[in-house]
Amino acid sequence: MSAAEMIGIFIETLIVVSILMLHVSYVVYFERKVIGHMQCRMGPMRVGWHGLLQPIADAIKLFFKEDIIPSQADKPIFYVAPLIGVLAALGSVAVIPMWEGFSIANLNIGILYILALSSVGSYAVILGGWASNSKYSFLGGLRSAAQVISYEIAMGLSLVGVMLMSGSANLSDIVHAQAGHWFIFTQPVAFFVFVIAIFAETNRVPFDMPEAETELVAGYATEYSGIRFGLFFMAEYAGMFVMSAFAVTCFLGGWSGPAFLPGFVWFILKVYAFIFLYFWIRATLPRYRYDQLMGLGWKLFIPLALANVVFTALMKIL
Amino acid sequence: MPGTYIPTDYFPVLVILLIASAIGLGALVAGILVRPRRPYAQKLTPYESGNPPIGEPRSQFSVKFYIIAMLFVVFDVEAVFMYPWAVAYDKLGIFGFVEMMLFMFILLIGYIYVWKKGAFNWE
Repeated sequence: MSAAEMIGIFIETLIVVSILMLHVSYVVYFERKVIGHMQCRMGPMRVGWHGLLQPIADAIKLFFKEDIIPSQADKPIFYVAPLIGVLAALGSVAVIPMWEGFSIANLNIGILYILALSSVGSYAVILGGWASNSKYSFLGGLRSAAQVISYEIAMGLSLVGVMLMSGSANLSDIVHAQAGHWFIFTQPVAFFVFVIAIFAETNRVPFDMPEAETELVAGYATEYSGIRFGLFFMAEYAGMFVMSAFAVTCFLGGWSGPAFLPGFVWFILKVYAFIFLYFWIRATLPRYRYDQLMGLGWKLFIPLALANVVFTALMKIL
Repeated sequence: MPGTYIPTDYFPVLVILLIASAIGLGALVAGILVRPRRPYAQKLTPYESGNPPIGEPRSQFSVKFYIIAMLFVVFDVEAVFMYPWAVAYDKLGIFGFVEMMLFMFILLIGYIYVWKKGAFNWE
């Protein structure tokens, strides 16, 4: 690999990450608008035309807020936890294929890479909760870690069906394997389990237990303030973006679509449709109780995903 | 030459991880320059709606969390075993199917045992 190639990769990655960051901030705006209109409100309206500059105003506000570190906090871990979250969330985007032949890193173990980084993301939550040395943070962190690892098994098992169908763990190959029909039609059970698992993975309603504001204040982020809280927030929304892109790649045909629009546009449209689903569900459903959530994951989704693997393997052999 | 393999496929991964850490650190450092810093003892106590906190926050928590962590290791390793099997399934054919069914059967016994022991109930 020559120096010119290295610089090329560096610039390419920088551009993709910058665009992703812009998306992440506007996903927050999108969420507030969608939820607002679903509840017969207008959402943000004051800053700029229809509140379009709201995310920028929010970011500036977070920069100027005091960074309070509790005196009993475990300081080094407290400092580093939000960084781990951002690293895991932004790092996962490397293997997502965005159009024909383009992904930052075309790894042959794309699925494994995303699963690994999403596990690393749970460290941010549990370390943040532990280091804060506050009851709410600690409980939030523990709950979140238990929830994430439980649902990660169901998510991993549902993807085995996808790998059986496509014969590869490379995300570009998986999109190519869906040329005839998207895996949402051939693997509906896997899609169902996967969607619910990623809702739990990203700690979103109806599984937003770790941040259940009615019982745990703000969960693991209770003691965080200013830009550190902002980093946790960014990690959550970037994680949501990555998981939506992952779902689109594995089940909804990735960048493929009728030829009148370029592949990249199809990809973005599908990702935003999926993110809209997140907000729609948030506006519709109440929160799960924690024991129900864990029971659901272990007693229903893991057997369901395993049965799907057996069934798919049987169908392929026949 | 053996021993000189450089995994160039993974170079972009290194780059993106570097950029992500630069963004995180950059945000924190930029914050230092502009934000106020006026700590006092009350502000730095753990959040408890104004009451002084009672007892240690980390004193006791449910043993369930340990059980879930152990079960996670068992089942996640099982899922990882399935990935290479799934990718190579077309080449393995009927042999691969029977082997994996045996593996899953053994696992299922363990799963039923854990369920009967009540590890999945949160009371």
